[in-house]
Amino acid sequence: MSAITLKSVKKRYQKSLVVHGVDAEIEQGEFVVILGPSGCGKSTLLRMIAGLEDITEGEILIGGTVVNKLEPRERGCAMVFQNYALYPHMSVAQNIGYALKVAGMPRAERDGKVAKVAKSVSLEAYLDRKPGELSGGQRQRVAMARAMVREPKVFLFDEPFSNLDAKLRVAMRAEVRNLHRSLGVTSVFVTHDQTEAMTLADRLIIMNSGIVEQIGKPSEVYHRPASLFVADFIGSPAMNLVRGHFAQDGYFRHGKGGMIHLPTIAPALISQEVSIGVRPELVRRVSATAKGAIAAVVDYTEELGAARLIYADADGSRIISVDTATDALGTGMPIHFAIDPADLHVFSHDTGRRIELGEAQRAATQTRINA
Amino acid sequence: MIERSPIFDFITYAAMVLGMFLVLVPFWITLVAGSQSLQEVSQVPLNLWPSTHLLENIQAAWTRADLGPKMVNSFIVAVGVTLGKIVLAALSAFAIVFFNFRARMLCFWVIFITLMLPLEVRIVPTYSIAANALLPFQVILDTFGITGLVETLSGIRIGLEWNLLNSYTGLILPLVATATGTFLYRQFFMTIPDELVEASKMDGSGPMRFFFEVLLPLSRTNMLALATIMFVSSWNQYLWPLLITTDRANFGTVVMQLKALIPAQNGTPDWNVTMAGALIIMLPPLLVVALMQRWFVRGLISRDK
Repeated sequence: MSAITLKSVKKRYQKSLVVHGVDAEIEQGEFVVILGPSGCGKSTLLRMIAGLEDITEGEILIGGTVVNKLEPRERGCAMVFQNYALYPHMSVAQNIGYALKVAGMPRAERDGKVAKVAKSVSLEAYLDRKPGELSGGQRQRVAMARAMVREPKVFLFDEPFSNLDAKLRVAMRAEVRNLHRSLGVTSVFVTHDQTEAMTLADRLIIMNSGIVEQIGKPSEVYHRPASLFVADFIGSPAMNLVRGHFAQDGYFRHGKGGMIHLPTIAPALISQEVSIGVRPELVRRVSATAKGAIAAVVDYTEELGAARLIYADADGSRIISVDTATDALGTGMPIHFAIDPADLHVFSHDTGRRIELGEAQRAATQTRINA
Repeated sequence: MIERSPIFDFITYAAMVLGMFLVLVPFWITLVAGSQSLQEVSQVPLNLWPSTHLLENIQAAWTRADLGPKMVNSFIVAVGVTLGKIVLAALSAFAIVFFNFRARMLCFWVIFITLMLPLEVRIVPTYSIAANALLPFQVILDTFGITGLVETLSGIRIGLEWNLLNSYTGLILPLVATATGTFLYRQFFMTIPDELVEASKMDGSGPMRFFFEVLLPLSRTNMLALATIMFVSSWNQYLWPLLITTDRANFGTVVMQLKALIPAQNGTPDWNVTMAGALIIMLPPLLVVALMQRWFVRGLISRDK
């Protein structure tokens, strides 16, 4: 039985549909991250699970029971908010124990639980302080402790780290992961930060303007994006994407009239309007005489330390490549790339969905996903 | 604005001193006159230095205006209005800000409009309501013919009456029913982040629990500010108590008694006693402001959250 089931869940505000029928299954103990740009409906979806927003259409099941009509407290969810949402007039201990107090747990038992949870997020020393006297990271930990103390069936995180600085964010990420490992509670985490999403998630739900673009493991989403949106959204530097069509002569002709030396492995695609994409790290530098070399001109390079990014121009279309060589490269210098046709992702121009290119490509992506 | 030059400093200080002078001089004259004997206070020009008769003047004023019971009355009214106002303001603002009901904006505007109708403007209808608080219901019954119907059927004539004249209820209720406090609370409640409301929902607390355990503790400074304003303004009420109490001996307030302290047309011009009485009467609000001013200022300007 799934921990959470979403059945064509929709949300409408007045006239506008913000969540267009989401279907998803979240397994027991799974860590699922809902990822998407701001305004894609990911927070709304989370708040519908929490019970803070009405569900316009569809059903949400938690642990097998339909919760559409249940109050937040009856759903067995605990939530960590973006702005911590701690009660400013209560001490840390009171904040953590408030839900237990509301539930009518006797004081002694409550204090024991609060102390135990506070210890697990190393807040024992701060129990008597007010939230105003704590740092951002500590406040976030109080918020997490407050969620944990209720021993919920489901943890919901609504962009909990977006107010923290970069370093703290990494530390909190590790903390959340450890917590999940030790408690094993089903978690749903909303974020717009793809690094956070990729590192935390067992599975990702990628949303764009109210629609689920893809549900899958992080590696799956990265190596086999189901749509143009996912291909473009996931990965940094972003995937090289060019719109145009494959021609008979073994060249790809792109929108601006230029051409790239790139034959297709699927003859059926020829002349069809598509977008092709390839990950920058799969664009190899080769010598000018190599077979299938694509000629380009260096625009500029970006030094990353371990590698550098080459931004090049191939007859009017931008190609980014991750390069580990150390030779000097200046603007205007000629450069040659090779791309394995099996590494290409092809997306239909009309629907934006992925077009599978046959076994060779499937095998290539599968090895990467498994790696 | 930061402006630092000797001339500017001088102007600022001059303005402040002038302001202070304007505010304090009347108080000073009251104090001085209250401490002088009848001869001293009758001198022209008035000697602006206090004399030694303050205590005896205070005693004279206390007995002449029967200030003891009147003080108690004033306290009952001021405290009643203050408490009533805070409860009404907090609850009505709570309903307007945190509940999404159909008539929300209508309620808000109805409350808002009462701001434009202070007691002085609606004094006649308010008086007639106070004379019979059930009058509106009687009118409704009469208009719909229910009174007539009941009378023909049973022979009993319905006559609703609830007289508030000469009572603490009558003194307090009309002063409670104004919008200022609701506004102060509304502004404060609007600054409470939605996430706090949601967090308490997730924690399983219902609306009343949220109100008592989260909103009220957070609004403590607001509450004290409102209490200060309300205490002072209801203590200083003159017109309404004057209208509603015909039984001065039992329900008169101290501010009404000021009139009794003013020397009669052809009587002894003992303004020293009048001033001493004024001193006593303005003392309680002064004390309240002095004690509460720290909270008062904080509650009105900053939101320490």
